[in-house]
Parts: sequence; C-alpha cells; structure tokens
Amino acid sequence: MNNKEEMKVSALRDGTVIDHIPSNKLMAVVNLLNLEHVNAPVTVGYNLKSKKMGKKSLIKIANRFFTDEEINQLSVVSPNVTLSTIRNYEVVEKKQVKMPDDLLGIVHCANPKCITNNEPMKTLFHVVDKEKGILKCHYCEKEQYLETAKLI
Amino acid sequence: MNRSVITLANLSKDKILYLIKMSEEFERHPNRRILEGKIVATLFFEPSTRTRLSFETAANRLGARVIGFTDPKVTSSTKGETLHDTIKMVSNYADVIVMRHYLEGAAQYASEITEIPIINAGDGSNQHPSQTMLDLYSIYKTQGHLDNLHIYLVGDLKYGRTVHSLLMAMRHFNPTFHFIAPKELEMPEEYKIYCKNNQINFVEHTNFNEDIIADADILYMTRVQKERFTDLMEYERVKDSFILSNHMLRKAKDNLKILHPLPRLKEINMDVDSNPHAYYFEQAHNGVFARQALICDVLNISLEEIINDKTIIN
Repeated sequence: MNNKEEMKVSALRDGTVIDHIPSNKLMAVVNLLNLEHVNAPVTVGYNLKSKKMGKKSLIKIANRFFTDEEINQLSVVSPNVTLSTIRNYEVVEKKQVKMPDDLLGIVHCANPKCITNNEPMKTLFHVVDKEKGILKCHYCEKEQYLETAKLI
Repeated sequence: MNRSVITLANLSKDKILYLIKMSEEFERHPNRRILEGKIVATLFFEPSTRTRLSFETAANRLGARVIGFTDPKVTSSTKGETLHDTIKMVSNYADVIVMRHYLEGAAQYASEITEIPIINAGDGSNQHPSQTMLDLYSIYKTQGHLDNLHIYLVGDLKYGRTVHSLLMAMRHFNPTFHFIAPKELEMPEEYKIYCKNNQINFVEHTNFNEDIIADADILYMTRVQKERFTDLMEYERVKDSFILSNHMLRKAKDNLKILHPLPRLKEINMDVDSNPHAYYFEQAHNGVFARQALICDVLNISLEEIINDKTIIN
C-alpha cells in the first residue's frame, strides 16, 4: 500500500475495525452498535475502493471491543462484515459475523396486529432458518424474511 | 417457573392426555371447593361472551371468586394505559389471569411481565388454546381415543385459528386430515409444510358431499365469512357449497361426530341439529371441564389431587 492509500484512514493502536460494510448499510451499523453515543474516537471510511466489493465502508473504533453477541447483531444488516481486534497496532483476532439464534430489539415485526407494534417493548425474533434468513416473531408467531425486515 | 398456557402447540402427547384425564374428572364431578380462596381475573380486552362465560363458570364451579372486565371501554386501556401496567396492577389482586386480547402475542407478553400464570383466551388471530383443549376433549370423549382418526376440516381453513391449532395438537396421534375449503380460504402452505414435517397425512378435496365425508370420524365445520373474501363474486359462487345438511349424512359412519367452534351461521343447516351425529352443543359444554383442567393445571394442582379431592359437592 502506498502512503496516499494509508492516509485515507488513520492507524489504530487499540480497538476494533469493522470492515467490508456495504456502503448503503453504513448508517445501520452505526445505529446497531450505538456508535453515536461512544466517547472514544471513531473513524468512518465511506465509499472506499475494495477489490472484493467495488466500494465498501469501514469503521474504526478506538479502545472499544465488542462481545460476540453485539457483533452478531451486525449479521442482520450485512452478513459478510469482518471484524478485527487491534492491540498495539497488531491485528490479534479476525472474526466473521454469525447469524445469532435470536434477535432482540433489532427488527420490527411486519404484523401490524402484533403486540410489539402496540406496546412500548422490545421485539424478539427467533431465527428459524439461517440460510434463507427466516425470522419468527416470538410474540405473534408470524414469520418474515430478514431481507425485507425493517430495522428499528 | 411460570405455568402459563399460551398455546397447546408445544405440549407433549403425555401432557395432552393428562389434561384430558383431568377434564374427565371434572366432568364426573364439576362442583367442588378446590379453588376456594383463589381469585381468577378474567380480562377481556375484546368482548367474547361465550368464552368468558365458559371460563367464569369453570372458576365458579370450583369455588373460586372471579374479578375482571368484559369490555375494554370501561377500563384504563381507553385512557392509554399499557397492557404492561394493566397486567402488573391485576397481578396484585388475582391468582390467575384469563385474558382475551385483540392483538397477537399479547398473552405471551403478559406472561413475561408477571409471576401470575396467564391463560390465553384468544390473542387476535393467533392462538386460542382453551378452544383446542375442548376440541381435543370432545374428540376423545366421542371416539374413546385420539389415535388414527379421519378428521375432516371444512370451511375457512385459511383464517380459522381453531383448525390450525387442532392440526398441530393432533400431531402425536397419527391422524389423517381432510381439507375441504373454497379456493380463497384453503389451508395455508405453511400448515401443509407443518403436516409434512410432522408426518401428518392430509388429503385435499374440492367438493363437499355425502360420498366425500362417508369415511369421516370427525367433521369439523367452520364459518365461511363474507368479509374474508376479496372477491365477492367468488363468495356468492361458493357460499352454498360448504353447507352441511341432514341428507348428506346418510352414508356417515356410526361414530361420526360433527363439531363446530360456534357461533354457527348457515354452514350447518338446522335440520342437522336433531341428528345423533350433531355434537356442537355438547362440545361447548365440554369447554367448562377443559377450562377447569387448564385453570387447575396452571395453579399447580395435580391430577392426583383432583382424583382424591375431598371438596367435591354432590
């Protein structure tokens, strides 16, 4: 990599790099990880060149590490996101997100007559088919596709 | 552990048979004081006179006291109180909550915010387990068992939650289901997949006549409602094709019983009422015993205690 490329995103000493985010999903990832409310420095790279994806986005968060549970929430918006844990400028761990068994408070239920759309409460979905991305509402039991699900 | 009854779909074969045995005991001796000192709350966020009366009769015959409301217009939910707060409030007063709600998933949610057991008396178009329990009990009582039966489901198989719940609860008993419905109201694909995944046999018919139903052990009729049709011409065309009349029962098996969740409209001709195969009014009566069983079960009263009950009133 030449110097110009490197300058696009500053290096990280300790923290997390979330890479390969489809650019149109960037804000969804920011919301899911609640990054608007972190105090640590956050660097966002938008519409960067990517060999694999054409264009991609990435986020670097200093001094912040995520649990598997938090990370797996990201599979809802983008199943191919990768996460790197950085310590002392070195990548110490690389992770691929995995679809979790349950999604708590992440997507809306498509059924207007579902209790979750009428009470101040968190939604809960069970992922009944991880390959096809089929979610079943824990409350009204209606199924929907992850692809068309609306994020909260 | 919260012993709420939200759905019967997940119950084991043993548990279903256990609840049937319990219902049988209550039919033998319906009047008792076993629930003396207990308070049953019936919260009807949507009116349903028939279900409410059945639950309240069940509770009263066991000596419980009943509180509650029959119409949400008189409660704070019209002032904007959340279901959460209503349930929290009533939990201070009652030992068990029977609730009917127009929203799907309401009973499940209620069971998660209180330690008091919840009995779902219908949540929108989702589940209605006490109806399923009384259907199972009626089938058991009239056939002597639940195994290997030919059950014909007729009418609205698309929106009829009672037929869906019955289908799922019967999966342990090797039934053969027969689906008879107009095109617009046929059994949804997800339930056919459910049948295939659970080795439930099913046959689909397009006609409803005396030859088709000659092999039936149970004929489960449901309402074909005009408002369910998007195409009203289709409704006019089919509305008379799914009506059961007395003459259609000439070839019926001796053990055939006709069930209907009620209220009945035109789908069962009144000339069937006096036919010995007609069972829908007794079926409703069985609802009291089935609901007595559900109330006692969620209150942790065992079948053994009910058999050895010293509080029976003769």
